Amino acid sequence: MADHAPTETFALRVQFDTEAQQKDASTLGMWIFLVTEIMFFGGLFAVYTVYRSWYPDVFAIASSSLNEIIGALNTGVLLLSSFTMVMAVRASQLGQQKMIVIFLILTLLFGGIFLGVKAYEWNQKFEEHHIPGQAAFHLDGVLPEGQGHAQLFFSIYFAMTGLHALHMVIGVGILLTLIVQARKGRFSASYYTPVDVAGLYWHFVDIIWIFLFPLLYLIDRHLVK
Amino acid sequence: MDRFQLFPVQASTLAPEVDHLLYFLLAVAVFFTLLIFGAIFYFAIRYRRRSENELPHVQHTGYTLEILWSVIPFGLTMVMFTWGASIYFTASKPPNNAIQIYAVGKQWMWKLEHAEGQREINELHIPIGTPVRLTMASEDVIHSFFVPAFRTKQDVVPGRYSTTWFTATKPGKYHLFCAEYCGTNHSGMIGWVYVMEPMDYQNWLSGGAVEGSMAESGKKLFEQLACNNCHKDDNSGRGPVLVGLFGKQVQLVGGGSVKADEAYFRESILQPQAKIVYGFEPVMPTFQGLVTEEQLVQLVEYVKSLGPKPGTGPVDNGQKPVPEKSSTAGSTPANR
Amino acid sequence: MITAAAQERENYLNASHGLKSWFLTKDHKRIGLLYLATITLFFFIGGAFATLIRVELLTPQGNLVSSETYNKLFTMHGVMMIFFFLIPSIPAVLGNFFLPIMIGARDLAFPKLNLLSWYLLVVGGMFSLYAMLAGGVDTGWTFYTPYSTTYSNGYVIATALGIFIAGFSSILTGLNFIVTIHRMRAPGMTWFRMPLFVWAHYATSLIQVLGTPVLAVTIVLLFLERVFHLGIFDPARGGDPVLFQHLFWFYSHPAVYIMVLPAMGVVSEVISTFSRKAIFGYGFVAFSSVSIAVLGFLVWGHHLFVSGQSLFAGMVFSFLSYFVAIPSAIKVFNWTATLYKGSISFQTPMLYALGFIGLFTMGGLTGLFVAALGIDMHVTDTYFVVAHFHYIMVGGAIMGYMSGLHYWWPKMTGRMYPEAWARLSALVIFLGFNLTFFPQFILGYLGMPRRYHLYPPEFQVLNVLSTAGASVLAVGYLMPMIYFIWSLRYGKVAPVNPWGATGLEWKTSSPPPVHNFDETPVVTHDAYDYASLMAEEVEVG
Repeated sequence: MADHAPTETFALRVQFDTEAQQKDASTLGMWIFLVTEIMFFGGLFAVYTVYRSWYPDVFAIASSSLNEIIGALNTGVLLLSSFTMVMAVRASQLGQQKMIVIFLILTLLFGGIFLGVKAYEWNQKFEEHHIPGQAAFHLDGVLPEGQGHAQLFFSIYFAMTGLHALHMVIGVGILLTLIVQARKGRFSASYYTPVDVAGLYWHFVDIIWIFLFPLLYLIDRHLVK
Repeated sequence: MDRFQLFPVQASTLAPEVDHLLYFLLAVAVFFTLLIFGAIFYFAIRYRRRSENELPHVQHTGYTLEILWSVIPFGLTMVMFTWGASIYFTASKPPNNAIQIYAVGKQWMWKLEHAEGQREINELHIPIGTPVRLTMASEDVIHSFFVPAFRTKQDVVPGRYSTTWFTATKPGKYHLFCAEYCGTNHSGMIGWVYVMEPMDYQNWLSGGAVEGSMAESGKKLFEQLACNNCHKDDNSGRGPVLVGLFGKQVQLVGGGSVKADEAYFRESILQPQAKIVYGFEPVMPTFQGLVTEEQLVQLVEYVKSLGPKPGTGPVDNGQKPVPEKSSTAGSTPANR
Repeated sequence: MITAAAQERENYLNASHGLKSWFLTKDHKRIGLLYLATITLFFFIGGAFATLIRVELLTPQGNLVSSETYNKLFTMHGVMMIFFFLIPSIPAVLGNFFLPIMIGARDLAFPKLNLLSWYLLVVGGMFSLYAMLAGGVDTGWTFYTPYSTTYSNGYVIATALGIFIAGFSSILTGLNFIVTIHRMRAPGMTWFRMPLFVWAHYATSLIQVLGTPVLAVTIVLLFLERVFHLGIFDPARGGDPVLFQHLFWFYSHPAVYIMVLPAMGVVSEVISTFSRKAIFGYGFVAFSSVSIAVLGFLVWGHHLFVSGQSLFAGMVFSFLSYFVAIPSAIKVFNWTATLYKGSISFQTPMLYALGFIGLFTMGGLTGLFVAALGIDMHVTDTYFVVAHFHYIMVGGAIMGYMSGLHYWWPKMTGRMYPEAWARLSALVIFLGFNLTFFPQFILGYLGMPRRYHLYPPEFQVLNVLSTAGASVLAVGYLMPMIYFIWSLRYGKVAPVNPWGATGLEWKTSSPPPVHNFDETPVVTHDAYDYASLMAEEVEVG
């Protein structure tokens, strides 16, 4: 064991004894971070659950006003991006420098598409006057006294999809950094922890959407026709 | 009232109950405080370091001790829990014979209204020996109705009715505080509760200029808002008959039933579509924004005054009378 | 006087110089000192607000400041003390400095993240300070809706944003500690050889990691409601203000344990060292920390007994609240039992630790009062609750912090503080504290509501007593400030192990070298093994 201030390298920081220890620590760190993220979104899910159980009818109507085709499309795009992320991790494990960059760029691309579609959807909400807090707010099919509850639905919709999108934007930032580093050839079969850990984050953000999509777009939709 | 005190006056039936639990808790707390302080002082002096090279014997964990000092405190806390919960339970269940008073909190005053129509601001007159039930609403932020001499406190949350009750036992003048921080003049949202002998209370009720009882004011509103176009005394209206409704179980469209209490009336006025009475169309418009909390309680009191009252006899409105159950206090969100 | 030998020896303080070497440091020890300076500043700001509050309450009429100002004072006192002093206090200063050393590591697992955590606290603090200077905030540190979203004119957003940012500091510190404890222990440092200070920090970190994100999202929702008029808690739209309280207390109740668990860790170390005896029931004390952390998440609803939650919810939360009392009781009994047949000496850290046990016992026992539904109806939102939580947070957390600061000061700085002054200040703080807060129990039961600027005249005597105590307390807190700074220059040079303690931190030099140990230590004994420590000393000496 090196005790006297060993020279620090990118792949082995001074506080660690071995590369395996460092990789373990980074991975554990990311998992714990993801637990904090679950608690963060957990608060939102709790709010959603309470209000959905109080106002099921209005929430069903509000749900069905969202475009489930676009939602499904976006779900597909995000799943694809998770696949390319996995491929990027695999490429880095195999030390295929070029493939790392290609798959990271593909992931970035799909992430970008998701955000673009999301922006389109939000814009639709403005045109349909489905913005809570605006005097012009009106959801068809809901009685005047239910409009407040409908606003609650859209408040939750914007809070949830907004915070999810914010996580996507952060993910895009991480991907850009990784792409730059990968082009410099930083990653190899013996050191690919950043790609691995970023992959965990990306999949997590994907999984959050997998919960948001049915909760916001699909549940009870069939009741409203 | 300016005298220095160490213990608050007991002026309700609840107060001695709360205080008895307090005495028990105090006894436990004093015992353990003395035990721990005593042990620390005794050990600290008895086993003070006498030489620099002293090495005490290693003690192994005594499982008997560990179990003892886990189980005994746990047993004591369960007594505290049960005792405390039983008081809370009593304090949450207003008796059926309680007189009804309405309170509306707003920044920064308490507005109170008696069923007979007397209105007060930051003052509440009540008789001794009779349970008083308060139905409370807030016009803005959260307030809390607190009378230390009664040992009762209940938050008043906007958007719903909160309930509390007490039976005063001792004539006098007691503090009324707002206990939930509500903004700049929070500490000015105070008043007095005057507890009077029943005779004096009756005199007080009949004195002063009153525009009419709450139910009468409610009736006027009922007509102004044209509620009587649909809610008629017989079955000819488009809405359910309200006569004799209060306290009954109402059958709803889509199964289920709800008890016709204050919270239900409030919800039905603000969100008529939330619960549709079986056999009726959802045609009633909302009155949200058209009536204030004060007017609301008058309307509610009017509907309550329509029955059931002794002597009026059962009114056939297509519903089976159900034995009355007292409603829970604290109230669940009225607008579920 | 600085000996030549001490001057020559390279340590983490003299290894490099200049502002850059401090503000860009990755050394957990230097970051610990950065935190120390930062939170000391925040403590005295919060303390200044407290002083103004107490002076104002000398008279019932409120003739020092306006109601508006008074409301801002208690809000900012709460915000500063809780989010910017108590929550970072022991973990970020003492934990940061000693946790890696105590498990034999060269640093925390993520040193850059550690530095980032400090910057986040500073930035968060800046936002809150800005809010205070710009005009203040008057919602109470609890930010209850709809007052905070719709009615308050204060700088709610800047303050809340400050807390949000500081929250990430707390999350990242907790994350860093957990990973470090799992992955960085020295050879032979098994889980059940870890000092109880480390166990306490492990439990604390669990709460930081699991609880703080819920506060973060609650603040986000508050922000969205206030700025973008989303109506999550708006009663006018069918939203529920009480839901905000549930979310808020889901974090803020466990947050109490973020403040007090590390103090319990300190006390375990100190009691053991100064009675020269292993902590009685080590395993019970270690597990009680973890069980407090877990149970602490199940009791938040006891803050809402009169808020209008259902009767059933009230009963469940009261029932569960009593469960969390048991592990705390176990700790107190075990500490007391450790003294039995010990070899007890009364240096300053021990005085603070014994003070902690006494005051925490009183704070904990009055917790049983407020957990009882029948009593809480009467005392919630009164000074009884104020007294109760100050006994836990000041009598508990700050006494523990002071104990730890004195205990490790020689190791951190290489200097001894003046013992006589330190003992005096411990006594002054203990007496001042009790005089300040004991009268508030009586005030609370009499019915004086908290957050009252004006109060009925019959409460004046007790308020005057409390204010008198606060001035004693203020003197008590200023004294260490002065003699600690004095000791940096004039204090005696500290030996490696001034107290005869067992932890790994006492095996390295004072102050420690940059990477903590000259050689990675190999651990062969349980924690608190005084027999082998003294045997070694005989060998060496």
